[in-house]
Amino acid sequence: MNGINHKEGVAFRRRFTQGAMFGFFRIAAVINGAALLVVVYFLVARGWRAINWTFLTQPPVDSMTKGGILPCIVGTLCLSVGAIVVALPIGVASAIYLNEYARPGRIVRIIRLGINNLAGVPSVVFGLFGLAFFVVYLDMGVSILAGSLTLGAMTLPVIIGSTEEALRGVPDTYREASLGLGATKWQTIRSVVLPAALPGILTGTILGLSRAAGETAPIMFTAAVFFTPSLPTSIFDEIMALPYHIYVLATAGTEIEATRPLQYGTALVLIVLVLGLNLIAIIYRSRLRKKR
Amino acid sequence: MENASKMSVQNLDFYYADFHALHGISLDFHENQVTALIGPSGCGKSTLLRCLNRMNDLIPYSRADGKVMLDGENIYDPNVDVVTLRRYVGMVFQKPNPFPKTIFENVAYGLRVNGKKDKGFLREKVETGLKQAALWEEVKDRLNDSALGLSGGQQQRLCIARALAVEPEILLMDEPASALDPIATQKIEELIHELKENYTIIIVTHNMQQAARVSDVTAFFYLGKLIESDLTETLFTRPKLKQTSDYITGRFG
Repeated sequence: MNGINHKEGVAFRRRFTQGAMFGFFRIAAVINGAALLVVVYFLVARGWRAINWTFLTQPPVDSMTKGGILPCIVGTLCLSVGAIVVALPIGVASAIYLNEYARPGRIVRIIRLGINNLAGVPSVVFGLFGLAFFVVYLDMGVSILAGSLTLGAMTLPVIIGSTEEALRGVPDTYREASLGLGATKWQTIRSVVLPAALPGILTGTILGLSRAAGETAPIMFTAAVFFTPSLPTSIFDEIMALPYHIYVLATAGTEIEATRPLQYGTALVLIVLVLGLNLIAIIYRSRLRKKR
Repeated sequence: MENASKMSVQNLDFYYADFHALHGISLDFHENQVTALIGPSGCGKSTLLRCLNRMNDLIPYSRADGKVMLDGENIYDPNVDVVTLRRYVGMVFQKPNPFPKTIFENVAYGLRVNGKKDKGFLREKVETGLKQAALWEEVKDRLNDSALGLSGGQQQRLCIARALAVEPEILLMDEPASALDPIATQKIEELIHELKENYTIIIVTHNMQQAARVSDVTAFFYLGKLIESDLTETLFTRPKLKQTSDYITGRFG
């Protein structure tokens, strides 16, 4: 076994490359995690002082320089849930069609192309589309409904993409086994394919939900208003929303400097809300996986 | 071959898009007998098997010409309901493929999709199925555990139980033991022996000893053609054609 202990030569170079690549990949991964930590740390450090019971349970007062952000929290929750209510059924149904029913061919390719392009459309364009189509043309006005539909349209490609991915991950042997037992295609999809794909679909829903909750541009023309002290009572009401509120306080208010703590506080609430929604979904997903 | 013909393939051609996979196959399968389909990889034996419950319908741009008669009815007739057909022609696949559900739900699945809801009925049929598949004793205390926790051999017997629970008349088996160890394989083979009392069994196998052990009739395929079929004993001891004897003696394939 000549050379097994050599510090030089081929073995050494290979070990060096091995170590270097490993280090590189590790750094890349660490940077990712660190980015989130830095953002959260930054927001917590600057925002936690703003957060108290009043902040979470009261509407803003004194030209929004004091008081709380309750209407924004409620508004953002309404919009996120609304967007998912719109996008989840349509998105999952589209993915089922594309992956389970449609014969591969030109029509499917064109639909996929459309979906991929939809994913690339800037969010402000969705906002303008929502304004022109839902708010004005369909006469919904600036409302939770119009905002949810706009956000839903924006979230669709995320949900379709991840649902398709999840469906593709279900082994064909499950489908064959089910069909071989005299199940119809729909029974197969409902009782075997969808349950097996559910964790993946849920992941897509989380991503879509987070994205919907944090978007500003699509809702600024369709759902959110500068200020309203009252909470919504129907889906036709206009609302305040966390991301838009941050935008307003930071750029358009009269007291930009004075409201800095409120801005960070609002941002912190938003990110905690999004992470909280993610956490719920992640816990639910791991529960599903364990049930197998 | 005195038993009545249960299923009869008549001049069947099958195409995957442009590829002509089966050439004018004619073959009878008899009641309460085990028929083995043998031949080298790509000879069309699995394709033929999957024509018998029209599983090949799932493959886009595939086409079957000819007839497959089941109790005198052509299963390729446009009026035939494929879903009902598959209830009569059960299938066990090469790799064990239990659903990610409990043991009980796996066996009950075929009954549930056929509209059976009564708890007592389901329990009874699940037990019968598992007993027929010689798995009952091993799993009776953990019917509500995940089927994925079973060993490979147990999973395959579970799949057999699942297929039997809907009470098919024909059982198609696509290399059912190829993913299993020798002991599990032996159990499956013993099972096939018992099952032919009640079922017509058609099995694809790569393993010629297995074909010789379990089957009554053997059909040898090569390049999409049926070369020779005969009583297993005859085919393995006195094949009529040189091609057949070359294959079974291991000279090619």
